[in-house]
Amino acid sequence: MRIYVTVKQVPDTSGTVAVHEDGTLDRASMQTIINPDDLAAMEQALRIKDATGCQVTAITMGPPPAEGMLRELIAMGADDAILVSGREFGGSDTFATSQILGAAIVHAQAGDNDFMIFSGRQAIDGDTAQVGPQIAEKLNLPQISYAAEVTKEGDKVTVKRMLEDGYMTISTQTPCLITCINDQDMKPRYMNLIGIMDCYSKPLQIFDYNELKDEPLIEPDKIGLKGSPTNIFTSFTPPQKGIGEMLPGATKETAELLAAKLLEKHAI
Amino acid sequence: MDFSLTREQELLKKLAAQFAEEELEPVAAEVDETHEFPWDNFQKMVKCGFTGIGVPREYGGVGGGAIEKVIAVEEFGKKCLTSAACLSIHLITPHAINEFGTKEQKEEYLPQITSGGKLAAFALTEPGAGSDAAGVKTVAVYDSETDEYILNGTKCFITGGSRADVFVIFALTEPEKKTKGMTAFIVERSFPGFSHGKIENKMGICGSETAELVLEDCRVPAKNVLGKLGKGFKIAMMALDGARIGVAAQAIGIAQGALDLAVKYSKEREQFGAPIANLQGIQWYIADMATKTEAAKQLAYYAAWSQDAGKPINKVAAMAKMHCSENARYVTNLALQIHGGYGYMKDYPLERMYRDAKITEIYEGTNEIHKVVISRAVLAGK
Amino acid sequence: MAFNNTDLAAFKDIWVFCEQREGKLMNTDFELISEGRKLADERGSDLIGILIGNGVKDLAPQLGGYGADKVYVIEDPALEIYTTDGYAKALCDIIEDKKPEVVLFGATNYGRDLAPRCAARLGTGLTADCTHLDIDMNNYVEFLKSASTLPAEKYERFNMEDVNLKMTRPAFGGHLMATIICPRFRPCMSTVRPGVMKKAEFDQSKADACVVESYNVEFADGDIKTVVEEVVKASKKIVDLIGADIIVSVGRGIKKDIEGGIKLAEDLIEAFGGGVLGGSRVTVDSGWLSHDHQVGQTGKTVHPKIYVALGISGSIQHKAGMQESELIIAVNKDPNAPIFEIADYGICGDLFKVTPMLTEAIAAAIASK
Repeated sequence: MRIYVTVKQVPDTSGTVAVHEDGTLDRASMQTIINPDDLAAMEQALRIKDATGCQVTAITMGPPPAEGMLRELIAMGADDAILVSGREFGGSDTFATSQILGAAIVHAQAGDNDFMIFSGRQAIDGDTAQVGPQIAEKLNLPQISYAAEVTKEGDKVTVKRMLEDGYMTISTQTPCLITCINDQDMKPRYMNLIGIMDCYSKPLQIFDYNELKDEPLIEPDKIGLKGSPTNIFTSFTPPQKGIGEMLPGATKETAELLAAKLLEKHAI
Repeated sequence: MDFSLTREQELLKKLAAQFAEEELEPVAAEVDETHEFPWDNFQKMVKCGFTGIGVPREYGGVGGGAIEKVIAVEEFGKKCLTSAACLSIHLITPHAINEFGTKEQKEEYLPQITSGGKLAAFALTEPGAGSDAAGVKTVAVYDSETDEYILNGTKCFITGGSRADVFVIFALTEPEKKTKGMTAFIVERSFPGFSHGKIENKMGICGSETAELVLEDCRVPAKNVLGKLGKGFKIAMMALDGARIGVAAQAIGIAQGALDLAVKYSKEREQFGAPIANLQGIQWYIADMATKTEAAKQLAYYAAWSQDAGKPINKVAAMAKMHCSENARYVTNLALQIHGGYGYMKDYPLERMYRDAKITEIYEGTNEIHKVVISRAVLAGK
Repeated sequence: MAFNNTDLAAFKDIWVFCEQREGKLMNTDFELISEGRKLADERGSDLIGILIGNGVKDLAPQLGGYGADKVYVIEDPALEIYTTDGYAKALCDIIEDKKPEVVLFGATNYGRDLAPRCAARLGTGLTADCTHLDIDMNNYVEFLKSASTLPAEKYERFNMEDVNLKMTRPAFGGHLMATIICPRFRPCMSTVRPGVMKKAEFDQSKADACVVESYNVEFADGDIKTVVEEVVKASKKIVDLIGADIIVSVGRGIKKDIEGGIKLAEDLIEAFGGGVLGGSRVTVDSGWLSHDHQVGQTGKTVHPKIYVALGISGSIQHKAGMQESELIIAVNKDPNAPIFEIADYGICGDLFKVTPMLTEAIAAAIASK
């Protein structure tokens, strides 16, 4: 059994977010982190590894420096990693990304059906929550999203799937895809020192276009910018937050004025 | 000449910084206030492997050397000096056993104190033997019937003395020979005749329990002699050279931590209608603090590099310890000053850091004794 | 008959996937139907609701009351409870058959599970968590004028005849907005953030006029590969300041009646529809609140959508911990309290008097939506 954990390197949006004047993001000035939900997915996978002794592979699509993130995940406990990287893959939206990551997993798995895929629910840069389910669809796997807890017995996988007002317990069979939420109980473990000392000598495969081009999912019109059904029409920054205002008085009218302003701003 | 860390060392630094921020910083004030040893944090350090730095894997360690130790201790020191000291001082014992122990001793003791979760302590100092280590009065008498040594004496100011399970303790096997009759022993807390006395009430690093050890006919098997009989003083001095690099690491950590806080505060705090960072008086403080801390770091890392490269470190370790600790006091003082009245309040960490930093000028040899060590080496042309 | 997602002219009408849970429609459905009505009018097409479940047909006219011209109802015992496989099959079958131009989903836990699966199956694009939708370019330009800092020359380059659905959404934690289109494939799909679109007035005559049509989808064994074993409502309450959308914090100002002050804050949280109670350092140090409630603790920064500070003066420490909140409301007796420097809205007054009025006004405002 092998668990693939899809991960993404993202700008740290909780810190300072710098935007160019033309409305594009100044990525260079921002710190990058491993997407928090993806770390929760990695922790889920490592707990199953602890319990069952399965293999865990971290997989990402990104530029060559993303290797550093994969090495960190190996230092946490992943056995190996795959970096999907190539010019042909650039500009992919979620549809094209899922096409490529799906192909890479099929390629690495080489016909063996004994696997699962864990993804973070969503990435903090795009907040789309789409890549996981789309990989599942493309590989024709059952999916369970919003997982807070995953347990596995034999081929049966049981998931605590969170809802807005509670949770469901859902079960399915491997192979399957699970998207994980960044729950308090799923705080990712630290890297450990032995993992750190060894991580650069563990296997890390780089899949470029040539490596994957014979996979059925890799069609030129389904990958990269050209293969992305969605395009950015405009991007812009919202108007700067002005200086706050003191509302007049401290009466019922003041309270109602405030409530009206919140409504107007869609804050409530 | 290459000043960069390896990729693995960069990751270690990242881990240590994350660990310090998430585990150490949130409890630093509480540890200081309650004088409670951060035992949970020690166990978390064990889990990550920090307590195995500098010990081979076959004995439960994680490998690495002095540079790895400095990286971890420095990062911890930025957030909580008690925790940094706890790791730094703990490591003295496994390093000494690894360096001087027999295969059997290493197999028995190292796994317990690297990955096994047990705390170790190193006991040389006595009420009458501080800077003058030759003043040790604890004696060890051989009992041929049981093949044991019987230790009698008192050790004081032993960091972790009330918590540790494994100790390296120095005693005179031939009292008439003074330092040349000193021998090192591996002692377990469970050995008969071993106990600890009062826990000291200190000015700083309050969570680190500093205790007296009492040896009353404490029976130690002869197989627990560490190194050769009569070679204890040499072992102590060599272990202390490494320990001093650890203190240098603590000192550069706390200095950088205080500097970071001062920079942040001076940009946030507004007086006379602008952040105080715009005032030249503050700017000059920042420039001095940053430059001196950078210089201190270079010295600490150079000492660590020298140790890993197998070069003599007696002089450079003393220099690093002395210089870095003076800088720690200097920087914590100015950082507190920049915080003004807030700095004096317990709501802010500066007053704690100011108290904590002072110990680095005192323990593992006072700075005055280091001047002796350094001047002796320099005058001898070394 | 193969499904050709690039034959754009074959696709028409605006669809809304209307989610029901345990036989009840959700507020999001009404918001989306109301928004969908606007889009259908801009496009000159029909607005159609899709209702999936078992025994849910009677819900359909309600959707008409908010503006749906027609509702397709897909019912089957296999659809009694939500499963990704079951719903995706039902929805994709009818989409392939009827070819809508636009399909909207609520960005709920189910909507965000279902929509990407369907978009991938249909080979089309999906835009997540949208907060604004336009088809008509004039409306879109008007929107940009009010919501962006773009210079006017940007608009001049637009093709004003564009009839793609323009889906606007925040990215990078709201620091950036992006408008996304799906120009080459149909249907164009979007999930829409709950609570953002304005719900229309219910109109009984429209509800009566709404056409309700059943649509049959056949299920075979093995179509649904997951089993729902248990559904549990309401999870335990934890103090999660970091992840909270709404935080109401109290400070020294509650000193004269600590329990009463905390109760007022909790009532306000209730009015917002949920959130987390926070406190300044003094409330925690004095033992009024437990440690996990503290905002402004070293190393802890909160960034909720709304932060309400009741009787908090705003020490540097506290401000550093919460100033990244999207919207800050402060109530304090002292007009010079530093908290007002960073508040979006300030009310100078006694929190014990102001808070109950706020609670009432917010509850009323939310109910009026």
